Amino acid sequence: MMGIMRQKVASGSFSQPLQRIRPAILGLRSYSSSGKQMMVRDAINSAIDEEMGADPKVFLMGEEVGEYQGAYKITKGLLDKYGPNRVIDTPITEAGFTGISVGAAFHGLKPIVEFMTFNFAMQAIDHIINSAAKTCYMSAGQITVPIVFRGPNGAAAGVGAQHSQASIYVMYVLTSDLPLNFWQCYAPWYGSCPGLKVLTPYSAEDARGLLKAAIRDPDPVVFLENEILYGESFPISDEVVDPNFTIPIGKAKIEREGKDVTITAFSKMVGFSLKAAEILEKEGISAEVINLRSIRPLDRALINDSVRKTSRLITVEEGFPQHGVGAEICTSVIEDSFDYLDAPIERIAGADVPMPYAPNLEKMALPQIEDIVCAAKRACYRAVPVAAAA
Amino acid sequence: DLDFPGGKVGITSQMRFISETNGRRVECYRVLGDDGELLKNPPMQVGEVLAVKMYENMVALQVMDTIFYEAQRQGRISFYLTTMGEEAINIASAAALSADDVIFPQYREPGLLLWRGFTLQEFANQCFGNKADNGKGRQMPIHYGSNKLNYVTVSSTVATQLLHAVGAAYSLKMDNKNACTITYFGDGGTSTGDFHAALNFAAVLEAPVIFFCRNNGWAISTPISDQLRGDGVVVRGQAYGIESIRVDGNDALAIYNAVHEARRIAISEKRPILIEALTYRAGHHSTSDDSTKYRPLEEIEWWRKTRDPVPRFRKWIDGNGWWNDHRDLELRSSVRKQLLQAIQVAENLDKPPVADLFTDVYDVLPPNLQEQERLLRKTITEHRKDYPTNIPV
Repeated sequence: MMGIMRQKVASGSFSQPLQRIRPAILGLRSYSSSGKQMMVRDAINSAIDEEMGADPKVFLMGEEVGEYQGAYKITKGLLDKYGPNRVIDTPITEAGFTGISVGAAFHGLKPIVEFMTFNFAMQAIDHIINSAAKTCYMSAGQITVPIVFRGPNGAAAGVGAQHSQASIYVMYVLTSDLPLNFWQCYAPWYGSCPGLKVLTPYSAEDARGLLKAAIRDPDPVVFLENEILYGESFPISDEVVDPNFTIPIGKAKIEREGKDVTITAFSKMVGFSLKAAEILEKEGISAEVINLRSIRPLDRALINDSVRKTSRLITVEEGFPQHGVGAEICTSVIEDSFDYLDAPIERIAGADVPMPYAPNLEKMALPQIEDIVCAAKRACYRAVPVAAAA
Repeated sequence: DLDFPGGKVGITSQMRFISETNGRRVECYRVLGDDGELLKNPPMQVGEVLAVKMYENMVALQVMDTIFYEAQRQGRISFYLTTMGEEAINIASAAALSADDVIFPQYREPGLLLWRGFTLQEFANQCFGNKADNGKGRQMPIHYGSNKLNYVTVSSTVATQLLHAVGAAYSLKMDNKNACTITYFGDGGTSTGDFHAALNFAAVLEAPVIFFCRNNGWAISTPISDQLRGDGVVVRGQAYGIESIRVDGNDALAIYNAVHEARRIAISEKRPILIEALTYRAGHHSTSDDSTKYRPLEEIEWWRKTRDPVPRFRKWIDGNGWWNDHRDLELRSSVRKQLLQAIQVAENLDKPPVADLFTDVYDVLPPNLQEQERLLRKTITEHRKDYPTNIPV
């Protein structure tokens, strides 16, 4: 895949992708407070670095992870530190290096597989599902597959002006050279498969704690990062920097407490939802924002506790609406807390179309902060419900 | 010479396309002639003890296939797949490996497991999916696996195991182990993307892995002529920078020697080897197939009568005075008895318990599965008469 990109780099211009700056992304900066900060990119890098240092069985494999230091510079410095036996640049075949990593995991190593993007992982989905997810069960527990599949997932739009030069370059490589039409969120795909654990970090704390937990976990983990968030900085505590810091897999986090409406989100949409909650607060609506962190297992208990408190629920995701993460959350709430609901649940999701390229169309295809605000208002009877307006 | 990335190349003013063939096909390595005569002393001699053990295992494999096949025809098991015609590939390659070498099978290689000590009872338990099945009844018959015997559980997906073998070989290399991996696949498997990725990666990663292709001429109903062009599989190795050999897949001594040498090179020189064994699938693809619908019965009969690897090997050990008719009859009758007994035991054992439905999806049972298990047990307890009695709750 990289071959295609490189060709274009040689002949293309650097100016075009910078036009696709999204004010909404810039807004995320306001969450940075005083004190220690960490970029998500550095959080992922330090998590891999520390786990490779602690366990000689951990190794990294993928296209451009070594000499090039990763298409998004996530693996910066690791080749120098751990050498080419543990930071392996591979030929271009997702199915190839994914299958090889699974085989290495069968035999006791702990591979971290980097996909340049999860869109490319489609070529390797046979090995992720049929080889990695099912082998422990099919071998009756004789073979375990301790492996992490990681990389950016979902839409890749919007290059903020605050990003480092390096990241503007790498984002150029990916966002402008590839037809965006196959960019999508894979959380529901992997989230529907028993045998896999699926994690979706939002902040630097999430990225560090969840990735370290994933690498140590005996089961195969799909770790869905977000390209836009790589360059975002988040405040972090001393605890997060500690090499022993991990976040339990399967637990969601209440990012902001509220009492009027629950908003569930993951990855980039957590930031959007927090922004929406700020707007809602000005209108007197107290929104509780849940950062799912883990798509599988899903923290049904925490989601339902929150809904029982607020009696209203909005789910937010960048993926397609049908059979999505929001659909699963809706069902879990209907099954467990139906009697507590005071308003219909609303799903905010990507449009049910392949990702269009033109900026105006692309913006319409993805959830916006305003969409979340409006949905929350409808749930709180501050606006006309969609059904009634139709 | 001209310097390019990847090395220097010579120049020529003559425009010439490389031919798609080398003129004549790559020769097939043989040690035993059609009548079991030694054509030439091979590098690795096989003595009496080893030869007899190899023959006994080939016979056991034949008898096992016959009886399990019949059991399937009687409706006692759901599915079966024989190794007929490929007994030498199974047993001779198993004999040339060491116990530490990790096997990544396709599905037509139960002989390797037999050689390593998987008992007839264990085979029967798996085929019947009972509570003693070491696969906990989770896979259809013939999907054997044994951690203890370094035989990775069979997966039905074609050729995915090639990549796993490369990854595991890389792991062996990193640990500096005196062992390699070996992976088996058919001619059909070489058309998958995984075959090409595996050969390329193995060469680039310098992984000690043996790729063993059983080119038996048929991928279910697809003949080799519809599967690929060029001179079969062996020539593909060179393009990937992999040393390769073509052997007679019905010649146990040739296979033994080729695998023995392949193993030595793979481990000492840390690189992959490709073996193409030419053979014939003398049985149907599986019990879901009737191969007389797409290939002449005479063809099958001819291979069974004149090219069967087991009688050929028998002639050789007979000639050495290591075997005779009496021992042969005794062996076949003894294996048959053991198998009938094993089937009876396997059939009468309880099925896997309810708990086996839920374990091993994850290292630790997650809350949703705990809940499902609790509900299932409750339902079974409340409606005991609607559930079979041979499933422990």
